[in-house]
Amino acid sequence: MDYHILREFADSWAALALLLTFIGAVIWAFRPGSTKVHDDIANIPFRHEDKPADRG
Amino acid sequence: MWDYVKLIALGVVAALAAYAASQARDLAYMVNMVEVALAAVIAFIWVLRTMGDPKPSKDEYFDGVIRAGVIATTFWGIVGFLVAVIIAFQLAFPQLNIELGNGMFNFGRMRPLHTSAVIFAFGGNALIASAFYVVQRTSAARLFGGTALGWFVFWGWQLIIVTAASSYLLGGSQGKEYAELNWHLDILVAVVWVAYLIAFLGTIFKRKEPHIYVANWFYLSFIVTIAMLHIVNNLAIPVSIFGTKSVQLMAGVQDAMTQWWYGHNAVGFFLTAGFLGMMYYFVPKQAERPVYSYKLSIVHFWALIFLYIWAGPHHLHYTALPDWASTLGMVMSVILWMPSWGGMINGLMTLSGAWDKLRTDPVIRMMVVSIGFYGMSTFEGPMMSIKAVNSLSHYTDWTIGHVHSGALGWNGMITFGMLYFLTPRLWGRSGLYSLKLVSWHFWLATIGIVLYASSMWVTGIMEGLMWREVDAQGFLVNAFADTVAAKFPMYVVRGTGGVLYLTGGLIMAYNLWATVAKQPKTAEIAVAVPAE
Repeated sequence: MDYHILREFADSWAALALLLTFIGAVIWAFRPGSTKVHDDIANIPFRHEDKPADRG
Repeated sequence: MWDYVKLIALGVVAALAAYAASQARDLAYMVNMVEVALAAVIAFIWVLRTMGDPKPSKDEYFDGVIRAGVIATTFWGIVGFLVAVIIAFQLAFPQLNIELGNGMFNFGRMRPLHTSAVIFAFGGNALIASAFYVVQRTSAARLFGGTALGWFVFWGWQLIIVTAASSYLLGGSQGKEYAELNWHLDILVAVVWVAYLIAFLGTIFKRKEPHIYVANWFYLSFIVTIAMLHIVNNLAIPVSIFGTKSVQLMAGVQDAMTQWWYGHNAVGFFLTAGFLGMMYYFVPKQAERPVYSYKLSIVHFWALIFLYIWAGPHHLHYTALPDWASTLGMVMSVILWMPSWGGMINGLMTLSGAWDKLRTDPVIRMMVVSIGFYGMSTFEGPMMSIKAVNSLSHYTDWTIGHVHSGALGWNGMITFGMLYFLTPRLWGRSGLYSLKLVSWHFWLATIGIVLYASSMWVTGIMEGLMWREVDAQGFLVNAFADTVAAKFPMYVVRGTGGVLYLTGGLIMAYNLWATVAKQPKTAEIAVAVPAE
């Protein structure tokens, strides 16, 4: 495992894997039905301002 | 039981630090160890005296540490701005490097004091306090680890600030920009940072909301990445365990690349990702409407995380760094423009439908200007990373101007907005003492930044052009001292901008103090404030 093997791996498969992960994350964000979930998440700051949710 | 463990640990730390101080090879190390020993003794007495006190209710948020964080942010902000003004005028008037200080108050030692005070003391306290506030509210859960962990993070961070400041003034520095701390203090940072991570992550683990709000994603990436950067960039072997000197593990261009991989990601994750976490919580709260597009915030997050880590080599154009690495850094920096502006648009458009608030609410105005400066400096940065531009801009004051439009405009203004938002809420006051003073602060700070940035553009481009000017025979036209003389008026303008910014900070400090001291308590929140 010298530098060149690592380097070759880094700018081929590793770079591709990173790119695909990113594209995957973006596609996942735009999946059908995500808007309702996202609307709910976007409103989190407007709940539980003063006290934690009840335990249980 | 747990209290006894703490007492023993603190006692051991105090004894070891005192012994190390007695064996110290240099003054900075000795003073640092005395400070650590004193802090351990004070913590020991505090644990001893609060032993057996009733546990605070689990049905309340842990706000005590956040209140302390608000005070510390304000205090270190003023200190950092004050040192800034002093060193700005030291550059204009070298006589201000007073001989009486025996080197302690020279520019070379005051400069890391200034950068650390504003980035790590002002910015760091703002990030720690706001992360604790946001993660509790958006997880609907009390901070993980009880009061002990939260206070450890807070006071540990203050101890780092004090030891760092005294170390720099006494000449203890390893000469890495924004990472001047020597190995013994690097270990202290690592310990406190891991505690911070545990408190933050633990709160997310026990959250009552099914989803993790986007602000927490940004905060978490900031905490995790800074831990990684800090440890890798500070890999060093101490010459003696009783001295500040150490030898870096990596040498030459590898060390330079590691340093700027660290340096640029300190900008990317400390000053950008962390503060974006702030933006994604406090801007919607102050505008009283959810973020413009939650989908865009997800794309913003992942694009920023995937791209920022590659941008460091643009600090090393035209050096011994291989061309491919420097080109990679440039390309990634230019691509980074897109997610940055996506985030800016998301922040600004959160106000759509509430733009009238800009007229009536100076706090939201501050936040909006801060996002504007974020957009401006994330355009300027990619442009400056292009090799052709960089050949003119690098090593000139243009870089300094760029950093400050980001730091004063984006980081400073969003932090001021956060402080104005938090203070009435944390102390249960009905509102800020004076919105008029907020307006004053807003205009002083904005005009200060404009003076700063524009004077640095002028002087930076001027000295860049002067450095490369050659006559018909190919000789350089200007000596270095010629550029220094030509820059004098711009240095005075820059210092004046700094005075305005500092004045704004002082007005804010008064306003926040008066909010707590003079504003009436609100009935319902007053009940919710726990006795700590």
